[in-house]
Order: sequence, then structure tokens, then C-alpha cells
Amino acid sequence: MDFFTQILNGLGLGSIYALVALGYSMVYGIVQLINFAHGDIIMVGGYMVYFTMVRLHQPVWAAIPVALLVCALAGVLIEKLAYHRLLTKGAPRISLLITAIGVSLFLQNAFMMLFQSDPKSMPVMFMNGMIGSADGIQVNSATLLNIAVSVAMMICLQLLVNKTKIGKAMQATSEDAGAAKLMGINTNFVIAVTFAVGSALAAVGALLYCNTYSQISPTMGNLFGLKAFVAAVLGGIGNIPGAMLGGYLLGLAESLTKAYVSSTLTDAVVFGILIVVLLVKPTGILGKNRKEKV
Amino acid sequence: MDRRKRKRLLLYILNLCLTALLFTVLTLLIDSGTLDRMQSNLLSLVCINVILAVSLNLVTGVLGQLVLGHAGFMLVGAYAAALFTKNSGLPLGVSFPIGLVLAGVVAALFSVVIGIPALRLKGDYLAIITLGFGEIIRVVANNLDVVGGAMGLSGIKAMATRDNPAGLFVYAFAIVALVVFIMFTFGRSRHGRAVIAIREDEIAAEASGINTTYYKLLAFVIAAFIAGVAGGLYAHHVGVVDPSKFDFNKSVEILIMVVLGGMGSITGSIISATVLTLLPELLRGWLGDFADYRMLVYSIILIIVMLFRPTGLLGRYEVTVAGAASRVKGWLSRGRSSRKEV
Repeated sequence: MDFFTQILNGLGLGSIYALVALGYSMVYGIVQLINFAHGDIIMVGGYMVYFTMVRLHQPVWAAIPVALLVCALAGVLIEKLAYHRLLTKGAPRISLLITAIGVSLFLQNAFMMLFQSDPKSMPVMFMNGMIGSADGIQVNSATLLNIAVSVAMMICLQLLVNKTKIGKAMQATSEDAGAAKLMGINTNFVIAVTFAVGSALAAVGALLYCNTYSQISPTMGNLFGLKAFVAAVLGGIGNIPGAMLGGYLLGLAESLTKAYVSSTLTDAVVFGILIVVLLVKPTGILGKNRKEKV
Repeated sequence: MDRRKRKRLLLYILNLCLTALLFTVLTLLIDSGTLDRMQSNLLSLVCINVILAVSLNLVTGVLGQLVLGHAGFMLVGAYAAALFTKNSGLPLGVSFPIGLVLAGVVAALFSVVIGIPALRLKGDYLAIITLGFGEIIRVVANNLDVVGGAMGLSGIKAMATRDNPAGLFVYAFAIVALVVFIMFTFGRSRHGRAVIAIREDEIAAEASGINTTYYKLLAFVIAAFIAGVAGGLYAHHVGVVDPSKFDFNKSVEILIMVVLGGMGSITGSIISATVLTLLPELLRGWLGDFADYRMLVYSIILIIVMLFRPTGLLGRYEVTVAGAASRVKGWLSRGRSSRKEV
């Protein structure tokens, strides 16, 4: 029954990937930008939890709103300060991408200066312990929490995008920003909301990450963010259920590689998956083909 | 026509003389011991970084594609050169140049294998897929016992010894000169113009009969070859090949040099690679320890440059002897008072 445990672990890890991948996917859907700094938003969220719980000695319930708000604010600030000028001027994509890398570097190094570069261990947050059950299946309560929260978040996001006015505006902006503007949609506001929601989801991912792995470092968002991006591409970038699916699949792939192949080769497997997806079906599993117009 | 040819020849000779002069002066300074060991090592490192920046400039600046796996090619080259000089049994004076060529060839082979599938994509996806390949190279190297695994490949003979402190610098500088010469001539050749045409508009270039896949791959492979050579130099500079040093951050560091100098400007890459390598050393002890917050400062500069001057500080402008000469002529004819306007 070890296999079943690995599957559950994979889904638990995949839930966090999925939450972060949602942010990548939403931002890419609206402004066609790979927000490299998105991975570092998890790191910001992690440090906010650390700051409120360890430095300020507040309970975990105080840390949740702090992490959510700070991350959402950081997302909006990054968009306004770093990307906005380039997006409105229609700058080449390469400049946008380099700016995103710059923002990512900035966040990592700023937090390295603020909190030193050594990893910080987190206090106990929600629940993290083995629930023994029949047939020797070992289930971690944190894993179950991850899965439950990620599914709940996806349902909320689906409702937000499909049922509310701002959600409809997001869809319109993603389809054709120029036309959306002509229809009276404040696209700048919509873009800001997208960054805020995406970053808040990353903050939820950060909370779950801290609960599950209880260790954070300034560079943790680097690789984790890249893997979440792989998840978004795998599922079909710009597609909400796709990002979830990609996250779960990637988590499964990683946990199974760790268990049955080699624990040091997981990163190679993850990027191998990315390469195969990009070559075979660049739009991802659930993505739709977009024809390029000359 | 004849006059123009003669002028160009004159400029070639002038450039060659200036390069030779710089080379002689620096080599003499190192050989005589005027520059201590650390300073001469730093000079070699400057050369290596210049080679890396100039090679990435070919892909990012001239071809206009963002590649985030340059450190991977450097790592492959470093292994190839180091393994050859360690195991060939030839004296270092013979095995080192062969090792460098081998480093370039192996890196180029890797780039062909990676480039053929990867270059079908462009923009963001190309950046991500090259990043993926770069990480895979590093992770696999980390797990290969043949190349020392995570401990790294050690025991590489250093080129700069006590008897011959300029041992590595001589090679590094010569390669810089060669690479820069090749880049300038390539940029003006038929092939170079085809690559530039792809940067300007890929679809229009294709419609004009340019084989875009071939030229994209050509630029990619040349850049990888040069990065491999730089890796070989680097291996014999530090004496150890540690795969963790060749990660995503290394690729980004090279990218920063290219972007700040000016995407598409060879001299821009040279200047910024030199400045960015020397700056942390020069500012050591001045502003606390600059090396500690070097990346913080670089990242802010990178964002600001991208926002207000997206083509980099020099843009596509080249600092050349010919340009400097005509400028000096301009000053002289207009009198010294108008110097500020230039």
C-alpha cells in the first residue's frame, strides 16, 4: 500500500503547485506575460507568516490575513511599478520577461537582506501529523488539508471568473483587451485585480507550504515557482481547471520519481515533462489552439 | 572606392595594433608581478565573462531570442576540457588548447540536440525550455559519478602557475580578441544579416527566402560553442568544476551583462561584462561589502534600464576606433568649446 501513500503525497504537493500555477495561468491569460516573480510571492507569503508568528508572537489566525493581504498588495505593486509601463507601451516581450526576472531577483535579494539567507523553520500551524489507518496506509493530515483547500480555492475561483462582473471583465480582457476597453471595461483595474487574486492564491499556497514543510528560505520560490509554471504549461496555460490538473499531475510525477527512481533526479524529470509537453502539445492538456495571424 | 578600402584596412591595422598593445601591456604587468595573483586572476575572469556575454549577445541581442540556459553549455564545456586535460596524458601546453576546442565542440553538439526541438518555439516558451534544458544538464551532472557528481570535478591543473602567472590570461585574452573579431565579421556577413532579419521580423524574413530554422540554429550553436570554450577556460581558472555554480542564476548573471550593455551591441557586452566583474572587487570594503548586496543593486538597475531604455544602455551602438576617430575630428573642427554637446 506504499504506492497509495505516494499517490496521496503527490496530490498534496500537487495542490500547492496547483494554487501557484493558477496565478501564473491567470496572469498569462490576461497579459501574456510569464510572471517570473510569481514564484517569489510564495516566498513573501512564507516570510509574512514567519514574521507574524515568530517575530510578533501572534497566533496562526492572524498570520493568514497578513500573508494574503501583503501578497495581494505585492502583486499589484509589482504590476504597477514594473510591468505597467511596458504593457501599455507595447514593449517587446523580451523586455517584459527580463523585467520579470529582475523583479524576481529583487524580491529574493531584498528578503535575503531583511531576514538573512539561512533557512528559517516554521512553528506548528494547522495540522501536520500522521493519521494511521487500516492496511498500513499512512496519511498525513497536512496532505488532506492541502487537497481540500486547493479544491475549495478552485471552485471559488471558477465562481469568481464565471459568475461575477469582474470575472466576466477578466474573460473579456483576456480575449481581446482592446475591444474590452471599447466596451467600457477598465482594463487597468482588471489587470490589477488579476495580479491581486493570483498573488493571494500564491499566499494560500505559501500557507499550505509552510504547514507541510515547515521550512522557508529566500530562494525557495525560485525552483518552486518554476515547477508551478511547468504545471501551468502542462495543464494548458490560461486555463483554470488546466492549471489545477497540471499541478496535481506534476505533484504525482514528482512524488513517484522520488519514491521509485531517484530523489535527486526529480527536477530533471519535471523539466523533462515540460520539454515533452512543449514539443508535443505546446498548448497543454486542456489548452486550445490559437492560430497565429500575420 | 579605393579610398574607402584603404581606410578600412587602416582601421583594421589600427584595431589590431591597439589590441596587441593592450595584450602586451597586461601580460607584462602580470608577468613582472606588478599585478598580484588576485588581480591577474581577476583579469582572466573578466576575459571569461566577456566571452560569455559576447556569445549570449549573439542569441539575445542579434537573434532576439531569450535563452536562459547558457550556463548549461558552459558547464558541458568545462567538463569536456577538464576531463581531456586530466586524462589525455599530454603536457598541459598541448592538451589545454585541444581541450578548449573539444569543449566548444561538445557544447555545440549539445546545442544542436537541444536547439533543433527548442528553436521551434519562440519568446517566452523558448526562454523556459532553454531554462529547462540548462537545469537538466546541471541535475544530471550532479548525479553522474564520471564527472565527480555533486562534489564536482576537482584536481584540474591550473593554467596560471607561479612560474607562469600569465598562463591562462594569454589564452583568455587571445580568445576574447578572436571571438570579438568573429562576432563583428559575422554581424556584417550575409549570415549575420539573415540573423538580424529574423530578429526584426521572423515572418517577413521567412517570406524573403531566409531559412529561419537554419539561421536560428546557426546563431544558437555558435553561441554555445563559444560558451563551451569559456567553460573550459573557467575550469582551468578555478581548478574545480562544481555543477551547482552553473545554475539558473549564472545564466541570469550573463544575461544581465548583455542586457545592461545593450542588446545587440558587442562592445556594450564587453564593457558591461568588464564593469560588472570588476565592480564588486573595486567596491570591496568601500560600501560595507558590496558583494553582499550586489545582486540587489543589479536587479534594481535591470528593472530601471528595462523600463526606461529597453534596448540596454548602449542600445545597438558600437564603440569603435573609427567612431572615436571621427568624433575627435569633429571636436577638433568645431573647437573645444562645443565638447559638451557631443
